[in-house]
Order: sequence, then structure tokens, then C-alpha cells
Amino acid sequence: MNSREKILGAISINKPSLIELPVIDIKSTSSLSVDWVDEFIKTLESIGGKVVQLSSIDLIKLEIQQAKLRGEYIVNTLPVLGEVNNEINPTMEASLLESIDRAYIEGSIGVAENGSVWLYEHQIKNRLLPFICQHLVICLNINKIVPNMHEAYQQVDVAKEGYGVFLAGPSKTADIEQSLVIGAHGARSLLVYLIN
Amino acid sequence: MNPKNFNRLFFVPIQGAGLSHSAAAEIFNKDEERTDWHDETLWFVREKRDKAVKQISEWEQLRTLGSDIKDHTLSNLDVYLAEFEKNAQANGIKIHWAIDAEEHNEIILGIIREQKVQQVVKSKSMLTEECHLNDYLAQRGIDVVDTDLGERIVQFRNEPPSHIVLPAIHLKKQDVSETFHEHLGTEKGNNDPQYLTEAARQHLREKFIKSQLAITGVNFAIASTGGFVVCTNEGNADMGAHAAKIHVASMGIEKIIPKVEHLGVFLRLLARSATGQPITTYSSHFHQPRVGQQMHIIIVDNGRTKQLGRPDFRSSLKCIRCAACFNTCPVYRRSGGHSYHTAVAGPIGSILNPNLDMKANADLPFASTLCGSCSNVCPVKIDIHVQLYKWRQVLVAEGFTTGGKKVAMKGMAFVLSHPSIYRISGKIGRWIMRVFPFIFNNKSFNPWYKQREMPEAPEQSFRDWYKKNKK
Repeated sequence: MNSREKILGAISINKPSLIELPVIDIKSTSSLSVDWVDEFIKTLESIGGKVVQLSSIDLIKLEIQQAKLRGEYIVNTLPVLGEVNNEINPTMEASLLESIDRAYIEGSIGVAENGSVWLYEHQIKNRLLPFICQHLVICLNINKIVPNMHEAYQQVDVAKEGYGVFLAGPSKTADIEQSLVIGAHGARSLLVYLIN
Repeated sequence: MNPKNFNRLFFVPIQGAGLSHSAAAEIFNKDEERTDWHDETLWFVREKRDKAVKQISEWEQLRTLGSDIKDHTLSNLDVYLAEFEKNAQANGIKIHWAIDAEEHNEIILGIIREQKVQQVVKSKSMLTEECHLNDYLAQRGIDVVDTDLGERIVQFRNEPPSHIVLPAIHLKKQDVSETFHEHLGTEKGNNDPQYLTEAARQHLREKFIKSQLAITGVNFAIASTGGFVVCTNEGNADMGAHAAKIHVASMGIEKIIPKVEHLGVFLRLLARSATGQPITTYSSHFHQPRVGQQMHIIIVDNGRTKQLGRPDFRSSLKCIRCAACFNTCPVYRRSGGHSYHTAVAGPIGSILNPNLDMKANADLPFASTLCGSCSNVCPVKIDIHVQLYKWRQVLVAEGFTTGGKKVAMKGMAFVLSHPSIYRISGKIGRWIMRVFPFIFNNKSFNPWYKQREMPEAPEQSFRDWYKKNKK
């Protein structure tokens, strides 16, 4: 008998009789304000993220141009923001991605209760991109904010692609004496543009 | 009786190897200032948890759901594991099964040797700590680099983590500064956490980029989709897994949840309970290896099926490793994680570890005041303090406590069942406390006096007072 059979056999002998699976019927979100956008901004800023509301993307385009002129390695993945960095593909290696200063990525949905944004693999182009870049900028449609995680999981199909992530704020740690330090291994900052 | 023997007989159960919890805690307590700091810091984390929880009006409903989903899953665990395996394989993930720690370690060694891997990075996984994977691989010439900042710090110091969420919480920034000065060449005496973290960031970036194989843990494995979720704040699991050619994820059999929608419940509970954050910075959902990558999952038993067969203790397998029970526990906060001499310390560790080795861990269920705070904060409603109490019964019945404890219990039973003797004993006790207070206010004669003040002995018992005053 191999380990698989041994483990499954032991479980079937030792498990209790079947207990019913509960239905998730969370209705109350009374602790959250009705304005999910406000809640999202407040929450994300409380965990170290920055949020800017924009009615036009021209400002972002300008920002990208200026940074490129300064010689920064900016990666843009959104065609609406101008030229897209086609060199970023799923197999690009860490040693090449490492020099990226700032990356612009589109987010799918935002979650008001925790300030997170869901990113599909196709949106990040390379799984390392949102982690290895020094600074991360996410562009999110302001109408794509849901109140909580229950709704978030109804909206995204987490198994549709090979990888996806709820990303909430910049990388951080408090492993030294519980002192909060921003910029552990992932991006040192997160800016979310909420676009009308 | 020699007071030291008294202490040993009555308060310290038989110990397998190394120091018992109470003996190790005694050493920890010698540095009073540090003990106070440890106590206050963990209480601060507990308070952050309370603040976060109070933002969610449906918190108790979430806890009930979390508990019920886990109860259901355990009652159908074999079916869900088989479903998970089938779906994960269809996603292109290779599944391995390990009956115990040794087989788990052998599987990883096999992958490393087969693929001729030289550089291995690992993000936080308590299961690999439980299996002593790093030692096993080091003995075979393979260095594993722990990439969680706290874990890297303790790895440099050849220490185990002292907390499952905050691995280096037993250390002060001066300790970290000295360790980094020695291993990373940071400035001597520079204790700035920002500076030290930056040094670790640079050091570990290099490791991420060079590594060929990344090991991660698993927070939740979804039966219906064959995927799994890994949560970190630092981003180290992702940096490792996405940079390496091979990703190996180790999971205990109890990490399964039935469906994606259940993640909504558990991700809402986990970070709030752990650190008071609304969610961890990264909640990464892995379903397929990336192009050109190999992905392995090792499903590990290591005593879990046995625990599943213990009706009184099986609900300990519902644990989602948030460590809320650590942060709230008055004994953990004032004794430090290393006193528990196991990979998972704290109240939950004290009900999990006797299952793994009853003799070696017989002291742990006694490292509790049974105050119940652990059960009150548990996001999946494990009755931790009840199980601590029940483990004590099992350990005594199985003979894993000393004869002294039995004699003491019999003596107590005799006194308590003879009211006249009970009254006389009380009188003598009060008289001694008043007339010879040094007998009680003395650490060698009275172990209870350690780190405590004795109360003043009243003139009379409540019974005498009541007889005099009842009208």
C-alpha cells in the first residue's frame, strides 16, 4: 500500500460522520459605509497604499513620459497609456526584470473592506512583475469596487488562469521588534489610480 | 521534603529530551525587562486584532462559518483530498503523498537531486519546520535559504522560530543588528529596523534571482479547482516561486477547503486574527505552473490522521495558523516560544504536539492557566482550553506524568473529601503565612512565589466569617 492509499484509508476510518456544509449567507456589511469607493481609499491608505482619483488618463501618460526621460526603466502594460513594453513576457527571467523601476498594471476589481486589488495573470504579463518592480502602479476602473471578499470571489474566476493575486498595499514587514517597515521583498510603494 | 524535589514532583511532568516548558520558561523569565517587553508587544498585537475585528459587524457569523466549513471538510476529508488531487493534476501540478516527516523530506531531496538543483529558497512553512527539512537537507549538503525576514534572522542565529507568524519576536533590534553585522556586514551598532530590513532585501534579492527551486507552504488548498493560496506580507513566497524553475508547495492534509467561495470566509478571518490587518499584502492563488515551470505539491499526514481519530482533539486540525491564541496567552507571552520546544508553540501547539509525541510533549498541556482566552479569539472556534484540560487527563492516564503528581492528587482528594481535615489544614496554612511569611515568600520553598506576590493571609476562613455574620 502506498502512502496515498494509507493516508486516504486512515482518514476514511478516523473521520467523524458527515457534517453538513454550511451555506455562506453573509448579508450584513453594516460596518462598512455605503460608499465603497471611499471605504476602499480609506482602507488602502491605512495599509500603506496611495490612491488618486482621476477623470482622465492623460496625467498618467505624462507621468510615464517624464519618468522615461529621466532614464527610469518604466514598464507599461496598458495600451491605453501609450507604448506597451513588449519585452515583458511570461518567461522573462528575474535577472532581467530586476532593474524595473516602476510598472503600470491594470487591476480587475478592488475590495473595499481590505483595500486589495485582484490581478489576473494576463494583466501582469509576468508573474514576477508586481513583486520585483521597485514601485507598482495599478489602474483600476472606479466602478469595479466591491464591498467585501464574498462579492470579490463572485466577480473573479480565480481558476481561469494559472495565477492571480489579491494585492493590498506595498510589501511590508514588522519582523524586527514589530516596527513596520515598508519595502520588504516586493514593491516599495503601491499607487492605485481610480479612473472614472 | 527538599523543596526542589517538591517542585519537580508536583509541577514538572516527565520530559523526553531537553528542558521542559516550565524549566525553559524559568530561564526566559530571568531577563525581566525582556520578558515584560515580550509580554507587552504580543499584547499589542492582540489589541490590533481586537480593533480589526470590531470593524466587522458580522465577525461572529464569520467565525461560526469558518468553524462549520472546517468541521464539514474534516468529515469528508478523504473525498476532498482525492478531488483536489485530480483537479491539481489536470492543472499540470504533480502531487506527492507523504505519510510522515521523513517521507516529505525524501520527496524534496529526490526532486532536488533529480533536477540537479544547487540553490533552494523557502518561504514560511510551519510544516517544513515540523519536518525539520532544513536540517535534513543541510546534512545532505543542500543549503536552504529562508526568505521571510524573521525566519532569515533566526536561521542566521541557528535558532528555530519562536512564533508561527512573528518568527523573531523573541529578539530585540540590537540582536538583529549584531546578527546582520556578522552575516551581512551591516554597520556595527546600527539598530534601525529600516536599515536592517533594506540589507536583508538586497541580500535576499540575490538569492531569489539565483535560486532554482522554491519551497512554499500552503494556506488553503481548494478541492474544487485544484489550486492553492499562499499569504505573505513581504512578497517572499511570490519572489521565490515565480523566479525559480521548480516550485514545491508543502501542505498538511487539513489545509483543504471545498470551494473557492470558502476563501472569502477564511481570508477575512486570517489576517485580522493574526496581526489586525484587513488582509495580508499578497494573497496569491496558484492554479498552474507558469510556462516552463514545474509545480509540485506534497500532501503530508505526519500524525494528522491519528489526531483525526481522536474525537476530543480532532478539531485542532481546523487551525488556520493565525497565532491569535499565542498573542493572547498569558503563559506564552511570559515564557516565549522556545520554551515550547516544538515547531508550533503556544496554546494550539500544546494540543497538537502531544499527538505527535506524547512523552516528549507531556509538559505542554500543563503550560496553561486554562483561562480560555485562546478559545475566545480562535477564528475557527477550536475549544483550545478544553482540549488542554482533556490532554492532561489523557497524559496522566497514560502514565506520562510523574508519580509525584499522582500522590499530590490523591492527597488533595483525601483532604477535600474530609471537611474537618480541610478546615484544620486551612487554619494551619493561614497561621504559617502570618507567622512565618518567609516560608511562602521564598522561591525555593514555594515555586508559586516565582514572579508572583503572595496574598495576605486572612484572619479567618470564609466559613468562620459566615458563621459569625449570618443573620
